[in-house]
Amino acid sequence: MNTLQNFSKGIIKENPVLVLVLGTCPTLATSTNVTNALGMGAAATAVLLCSNIVISALRKVIPDKVRIPCYIVLIAGFVTMVQMLVKAFAPALDASLGIYLPLIVVNCIILGRAEMFANKNKVLDSAVDALGMGVGFTLALVLMATIREVFGNGSFMGLPIPVLSDNRISILTMAPGGFFVFGLLIAAMNKFAVHKPKKKDFGCADCPSAEGCGKASCEAGKEAAVND
Amino acid sequence: MTKLIIILLSAVFINNYVLTRFLGICPFLGVSKKLDSATGMSLAVIFVMLLATAATYPIQFFLLTPNNLDYLQTIVFILVIAALVQLVEIVLKRYIPSLHKSLGVYLPLITTNCAVLGVTILNVQDYPVTETTTFWWGFAQSMVNSLGSGLGFFLAMVMFSGVRSAIEGSDIPKSFKGLPITLIAAAITSLSFLGFGGVIENLFA
Repeated sequence: MNTLQNFSKGIIKENPVLVLVLGTCPTLATSTNVTNALGMGAAATAVLLCSNIVISALRKVIPDKVRIPCYIVLIAGFVTMVQMLVKAFAPALDASLGIYLPLIVVNCIILGRAEMFANKNKVLDSAVDALGMGVGFTLALVLMATIREVFGNGSFMGLPIPVLSDNRISILTMAPGGFFVFGLLIAAMNKFAVHKPKKKDFGCADCPSAEGCGKASCEAGKEAAVND
Repeated sequence: MTKLIIILLSAVFINNYVLTRFLGICPFLGVSKKLDSATGMSLAVIFVMLLATAATYPIQFFLLTPNNLDYLQTIVFILVIAALVQLVEIVLKRYIPSLHKSLGVYLPLITTNCAVLGVTILNVQDYPVTETTTFWWGFAQSMVNSLGSGLGFFLAMVMFSGVRSAIEGSDIPKSFKGLPITLIAAAITSLSFLGFGGVIENLFA
């Protein structure tokens, strides 16, 4: 796979939000307006880039058995750095992202990429993969935020849009609107984007944390469900 | 006392973690297919939320704040939660195997669940120890909030597993099959929770 393909796969073919369905929590929560979406996308991309580079560089040093705790510590460290930078240079963004900024630690995209890509590939490839995924995440967030802000609030990045600002569908900026727009976008992706139908079911095995827990709990979960 | 009841009820209905705050969406979409797995997962979440709050709240106010180490919050909390979950799993496996059998499988999934980390950080933010509030009052409020958040998660999971079993048999457009229709159903479920807004405050006014 050449570098360009490696970068571009994160944008459409393996878009972390719309195709891999990773990181749903921040996607739903921070896509109420475009400014928040851009901020969240940039913060997550920064953490993803740093963690992918470091994890890939240390992939031969970290023992396989304790790799997940190691990844979590590394990621938490980078999140703390990003948190401090945002607090210092963009306090308004810090206030509007609130709890979701420290929660980048448990964003499935970051742990997922560490587990699926960075611990098997070279540093440069991992960095390119992180950038592609980060851009894909940001684009998906901005797309969703644009729909929600333009129709829900009648504005774009805070600038009012003439006709729409008098006819707001405010429900779109609230919680139900988030689920609704996300559902529509994934359906549109299924319909129009060129990709093979792979997700027949959204169960535990498709859960991104399954990569982290080695799918062990899924197998156990299945057994438990059968036994009961 | 009234304050604690208000905290409990608003955590369950108004600030529902899944449907209004968007925390813990992965298990909400992934494990809500069957009623018994939804119940098991939610019980495990309630348990871990209470335990994590009981551990992280004293750490924050006896260890981090007095030593000006507030910036270590994220790292310390996630490590404490991960270690705690592991410990609970080992203890359950050894001493209460029957409980481990029904809850144990969901425990590893919870470590990276944003609802648990979210509740610990929000507790420290919303109910801090200050000059006017004692540690125990803040701690009580935090524990009640965790319980309410867990119960809210439970309520949302159980309700939604009912909704999903109703979707199962219906005729859905091809591109909406699977996740999209689940999300649309979640939107409608979340809409029903909007109706609770303002009820709790006025109940005790």
